[in-house]
Amino acid sequence: MTATATPPVRRSRTPLTSTARSPRGPKRQSGRHIMLGSIALLWLVPLLWAVYTSLRPYSDTTKHGYLSWPRSISLQNFSDAWSQSGMPHFFWNSVLITVPAVLGTLLFASAVAFFVSRFDFRWNIVLLMLFTAGNLLPAQVLITPLYKLYLLIPLPSWMSDSLLVYNSLWGIIFIHIAYQCGFCTFVLSNYMKTIPKEISEAALVDGAPVWRQFFQIVVPLCRPAFAALATLESIWIYNDFFWSLTLIQTGDKRPITSALANLQGQYFTNPNLIAAGALMTAIPTLLVYFALQRQFISGLTIGSSKG
Amino acid sequence: MSSVRTAPRASSRAHPRPRRLGPGDRLFLTVVVGIPLLALLVFVWLPALASIGLSFTSWDGLTLSDLHWVGLENYRQIFTDYPPFWPAVTHNVIWLLFTALLPTPFGVFLAYQLDRKIRFTRVYQTAIFIPMVLSLAVVGLIWDIIYNPDYGLLNGVISTVSSGHPIDWLGDPNLNLWAVLVASGWRHTGYIMILYLAGLKGFDPALKEAAALDGANGRQTFMKVVLPAMKPVNIIILVVTVMESLRAFDIVYVLGGGTGSKPGMELLSLLISDNITGESSHIGYGSALAVILLLVSLAAIGTFLFQTFRKEDQ
Repeated sequence: MTATATPPVRRSRTPLTSTARSPRGPKRQSGRHIMLGSIALLWLVPLLWAVYTSLRPYSDTTKHGYLSWPRSISLQNFSDAWSQSGMPHFFWNSVLITVPAVLGTLLFASAVAFFVSRFDFRWNIVLLMLFTAGNLLPAQVLITPLYKLYLLIPLPSWMSDSLLVYNSLWGIIFIHIAYQCGFCTFVLSNYMKTIPKEISEAALVDGAPVWRQFFQIVVPLCRPAFAALATLESIWIYNDFFWSLTLIQTGDKRPITSALANLQGQYFTNPNLIAAGALMTAIPTLLVYFALQRQFISGLTIGSSKG
Repeated sequence: MSSVRTAPRASSRAHPRPRRLGPGDRLFLTVVVGIPLLALLVFVWLPALASIGLSFTSWDGLTLSDLHWVGLENYRQIFTDYPPFWPAVTHNVIWLLFTALLPTPFGVFLAYQLDRKIRFTRVYQTAIFIPMVLSLAVVGLIWDIIYNPDYGLLNGVISTVSSGHPIDWLGDPNLNLWAVLVASGWRHTGYIMILYLAGLKGFDPALKEAAALDGANGRQTFMKVVLPAMKPVNIIILVVTVMESLRAFDIVYVLGGGTGSKPGMELLSLLISDNITGESSHIGYGSALAVILLLVSLAAIGTFLFQTFRKEDQ
């Protein structure tokens, strides 16, 4: 939490130092801009190249090569990729996985965080470590038994037409919640520790039941942390590739990210279409990122800046 | 575990009534904490422990009656008789060294350059961080368009300068690991930069000014003042780098054509999925590989937990 307290101090001091160094100042800054600008540009090259490729018709690139000036530019590849490959269906699968997984993760993680930060039970540090360490285990370590486990757990037919957790969207939601809860619990419990205990103790003394303390006092106070985590987790879960690749067998149930690998070769037969498909898959995350950049970065750094 | 901490004596109320949890409170807490705990234990910790158990068995994964206890046989075979194992270990080590020596310090360097009042700092940060927002599946396809031997950007640029055979960046076993590492480093740099920037925000600028007054130049200030003061963040970054290097899977999977490990690009994580999916699944084998990966990760996980929970004990 020191991170939020210090910037004002620095802001008031920097002008002093820059005036003290003024003779050498401007020259050094422009050198720095050239360096940082070219690095930033270099970093964007792969993305810009994909955009450029996706905007050119295939006939144009086969005739003149990919490294050539464009004869025509259009969004045709995007509309082809969208309509030919069933992308809307896979996007919808992504929504069906991401929304419940993010909401479930935040609900349960906040409950566990509330529990470990508000009550001084002896084993709450163990509980917190269990959740945090669970999120750090490599997914590949879990996958073999998890795959077998998913083949054993039945689900009613209205939840899964395979009648199993395996090959159902629910299975993907479950593992996301179980796995991501660790990180969110860790962040939220740190956040809740900054809320004065007196606030909820006043409610306790007034005789309010614990669930009301949780939903009416603690949860509303954690709104900034929820915003950060919701942004971050939406992007992570949407981007996930491994769980849906291994735990979903049939292609038509996969979310867009893992379906993309199959679409390549099957429907996306040329690089221009591949580029368009890849960029369309990236658009939701980019939109969320640009709209909620501050929340995303604070969510990402909230865990590490604490140390 | 039955009593809640009593309200502090200095409470504003005249008679604070320390209260035990009622039955309704207990039910609520049991449900909302029990469900995620159960999910965590069943879907995360049980499989992790089961991996350890299965690594001592031989199993084709079909019927339980075919499950045989073989002791350390899987490990013996992996170490002595499984050709892709040592290349995979070597590649994981190369991955770790490359990431720790190039993208990580570069990310720290960029964070240090961007952590001052200069114009466009947001623009620079965003440009460098964007790869981190993209799914690895997307990153794989974007780099495929660059590395492709026939139509890729890289060979296109090379062929304008010199003529010769097109280079198969992702097919040549001597090159493909490095090609993938460049793509992975492209992503990792932004991640480290953002983590370090957050750490630098908490750094007391007075220390830097004191160093400048003492006549230290930029490099000396960074090496002698900033870096030592950032020890907690340094450890986090080290752990992140190790974990990412061990977990590396998606980007190699996509750039390898989506069929499992490819000569020159074997990694432990890919060997695990090679052994559990496909026609002949060797569950015991895959699990033993997973345990090896787990043991290495535990060192990093332990460091992280020690670093973060040490403060709370005090």
